[in-house]
Amino acid sequence: MSSTTTQDVSRRDFLYIATGTVGAVGTALAAWPFIDQMNPDASVLALASTEFDMAPLQEGQGVTVMWRGKPVFIRHRTKKEIEDATKVPLAELKDPIARNANLPPDAPATDENRVKDANGKANPKYLVQIGICTHLGCVPLGEAGPFNAWFCPCHGSVYDTSGRIRSGPAPRNLDIPPFKYVSDTKIVIG
Amino acid sequence: MSSHASYEFSNPVVRWIDSRLPVFSLMKAQAMDFPTPRNLNYWWTFGGIAATMLVIQLITGIVLVMHFTPHVDLAFDSVEKIMRDVNYGWLLRWLHANGAAFFFLAVYIHIFRGLYYGSYKAPREILWMIGVIILIAMMATAFMGYVLPWGQMSYWAAVVITNLFSAIPVVGETIVQWLWGGFSVDNPTLQRFFSLHYLLPFVLAALVFLHIWALHVPGNNNPDGIDVKSEQDTLPFHPYYTMKDLFAILVFLLVYLAFVFYSPWYMGHAINFVKANPLVTPAHIVPEWYFLPQYAMLRAVPDKLGGVIVMFASLIILFFLPWLDRSKVRSLRYRPVTRIFFWLFAITCVVLGIAGAQPAEGVWLLVARIATIYYFAYFLVILPLLGKLEKPKPMPASITEAVMQKH
Repeated sequence: MSSTTTQDVSRRDFLYIATGTVGAVGTALAAWPFIDQMNPDASVLALASTEFDMAPLQEGQGVTVMWRGKPVFIRHRTKKEIEDATKVPLAELKDPIARNANLPPDAPATDENRVKDANGKANPKYLVQIGICTHLGCVPLGEAGPFNAWFCPCHGSVYDTSGRIRSGPAPRNLDIPPFKYVSDTKIVIG
Repeated sequence: MSSHASYEFSNPVVRWIDSRLPVFSLMKAQAMDFPTPRNLNYWWTFGGIAATMLVIQLITGIVLVMHFTPHVDLAFDSVEKIMRDVNYGWLLRWLHANGAAFFFLAVYIHIFRGLYYGSYKAPREILWMIGVIILIAMMATAFMGYVLPWGQMSYWAAVVITNLFSAIPVVGETIVQWLWGGFSVDNPTLQRFFSLHYLLPFVLAALVFLHIWALHVPGNNNPDGIDVKSEQDTLPFHPYYTMKDLFAILVFLLVYLAFVFYSPWYMGHAINFVKANPLVTPAHIVPEWYFLPQYAMLRAVPDKLGGVIVMFASLIILFFLPWLDRSKVRSLRYRPVTRIFFWLFAITCVVLGIAGAQPAEGVWLLVARIATIYYFAYFLVILPLLGKLEKPKPMPASITEAVMQKH
């Protein structure tokens, strides 16, 4: 008799815990659609790509194009700007990583690595970067600041002619978007 | 409130309702006969003032929604339509925009009153902590409301504030994209901000209800910070404090309406009359004045994550205040040393506000850093130490005695 009672109790315990678990897991699962509805949907995620021909850009000229709702800075750099960027020793940089979506995540922040596309092709004249300060998302001003390159007016982050953070609160260099050259001057971003 | 004295109402309808749902008994016990310390000064009127501002914000907000369109292409124009075409639209919008600022003004004074008179100490810790939650919910509400007109300042405020969460290691980017509903602040962001801006004030109203409930358990603190000992120490809330509160509310509304009618954009920024442009950041973005101290602390730290942590910590630390201040004496009237540090603290908050409005460089950056250090030192070092070291002044035996000494 007593063994039957124990069995009954353990069966009840099992049903009690199982019901509670199903209830808790069910509630958690039901919450997910309400959380996920806020995430970017498929139409936003669809990697919209932007094509741009840099041939008309004169030396020292830059344009801003839109990609995924973000500004992308494309600049035809002057010889002096390229020189300034290449001669900086890596040890002087605040962020030593290239932050180039086309390269491995640990690629060093040399100027060569900042201009490479997905196939490793590069033209040091053309710098393509996402024009969003890595601090709190403002759009930096061009041809401004101590390096006469990019300067964020919001909280004073200073970027050099390679878009690398040199001083101020921003933690990272300006991001390089995924892009590739389809001809010598034409690129596809995204 | 235990087995509260049930009142015998003479009106039979009132009596019939009250015996089934005792709303009339409750109102009479809590809003009319409620025993209130007889020595409350005008600093105690700001709770009622803040509640009045919440009601004004709710009413003006609900009618503004009847004319506002939450869409990136239409929001800015619909606000301009409110200003130009909608009957009295200009009045409703200016009441709402300035109402937010004056709501914060009332709440900040209310908080500093609590700090000075030790209203956060036992047995009012929960009351204080609900107040801190109200402050944080208010900040979220005000921020999302500021985004809705979709001007340049609105847009870039949304960008900068949402990007605060990108400072979180590893999952920061994912969280920010979840907040945005995309890869940048865009239409999904505006629509969810609108939804939440409508929801949160009702959450605030519920929190205010809990705040008042928690107040009515121990009753009011008072300028002498001593407990009520006998009925002699109290007055019924009505008419003594209903009338005093009402008078203070009217004076406060006079100042508020002076801004609404004569200088409605005094606290605004002209650049917000330019429609949002994701490609151009205004040269100098500053938040509304009521966020400037926190903004100054954010910028005082030369590290992204550090700045964000310090800014949020400046609010979170208030939750711990009841246990950081070790002194048993509530009112700073009887704590002459702490009083000096308190006023330094109040000045520090104003200085942070001024520094937050300046570009973050040179001497202002240094000022903001020193002020940030003092802000935290006041809570983490000065109050815990003074609780042990300071010898308080002798306290009166009762509220009545304290009142009689002055006269």
